[in-house]
Amino acid sequence: MKIKIDTSGLTQSHWYQYLVRFVFGGAVTALAGIVAKQFGPVIGGLFLAFPAIFPATATLIESLEKEKIKRIGANGSLRGRTAAGIDAVGSSLGSIGLIVFAIAVWRIIPKSSLGIVLASATIAWFVVSVSLWELREILRRRARKNFLGGSTRCSLG
Amino acid sequence: MNEILLRVVVGGVVVSAFSLLGDLLRPRTFAGLFGAAPSVALATLVLTVAKDGKAYASLEARSMVFGAVAFFFYASVVGRLLIRQHLPVLRVTSLAMLLWFVCAFGLCYAALGFGR
Repeated sequence: MKIKIDTSGLTQSHWYQYLVRFVFGGAVTALAGIVAKQFGPVIGGLFLAFPAIFPATATLIESLEKEKIKRIGANGSLRGRTAAGIDAVGSSLGSIGLIVFAIAVWRIIPKSSLGIVLASATIAWFVVSVSLWELREILRRRARKNFLGGSTRCSLG
Repeated sequence: MNEILLRVVVGGVVVSAFSLLGDLLRPRTFAGLFGAAPSVALATLVLTVAKDGKAYASLEARSMVFGAVAFFFYASVVGRLLIRQHLPVLRVTSLAMLLWFVCAFGLCYAALGFGR
């Protein structure tokens, strides 16, 4: 499947949906600092990977998909939930990249400058996440091909 | 107070930038990758290093590994429940936060204890 840019979601979204994500993102960043100050870096560090804006993003996706289906006169609840679920599958792949990001920062930060550490860890997150996504696509294509090949053989024989 | 405000603004901007990027990209599974972008970590680590130093930030990053593993379980369970069971989105994504807390704190306690 080709990766592409689609701006249609931006025009359909409401400004407050972006505000909610800004507020949640800011709140968790502040929370991580407060928790670290209160309970130390071991507990505070956990919140660097807290899925804070996940519910807000998922409900935004659901409402956009629902809206699309509503326009053709159908109930889009099912489609909205599935779309949010598919997004979550992508996030589960991204979270493996996030593990690599954390390990990279943990191991490299004492030896290198902050800019180099964050840049290389972010690149590592991106490369790992995109590679896993690509691998998933290849496996899905192969599974689909095998399934279609199998069903053709069945119908022929 | 100033520090908290700075964290809110920096965190809000970085998180919004990554999620906006996710909104623009298709297919949906690819856009989902940006839901697990290291946005909070990038905002926090810059401020932490400036205030508390690299050794402190390194300890935070070590704990972040457990938080990220918990994120993996969280996103996998949410994805499964939404695609297969079609449960309400807000209820699933909010209740599954409990799973994140149990996994993150459980793994951290099992591996490090909380004092180290």
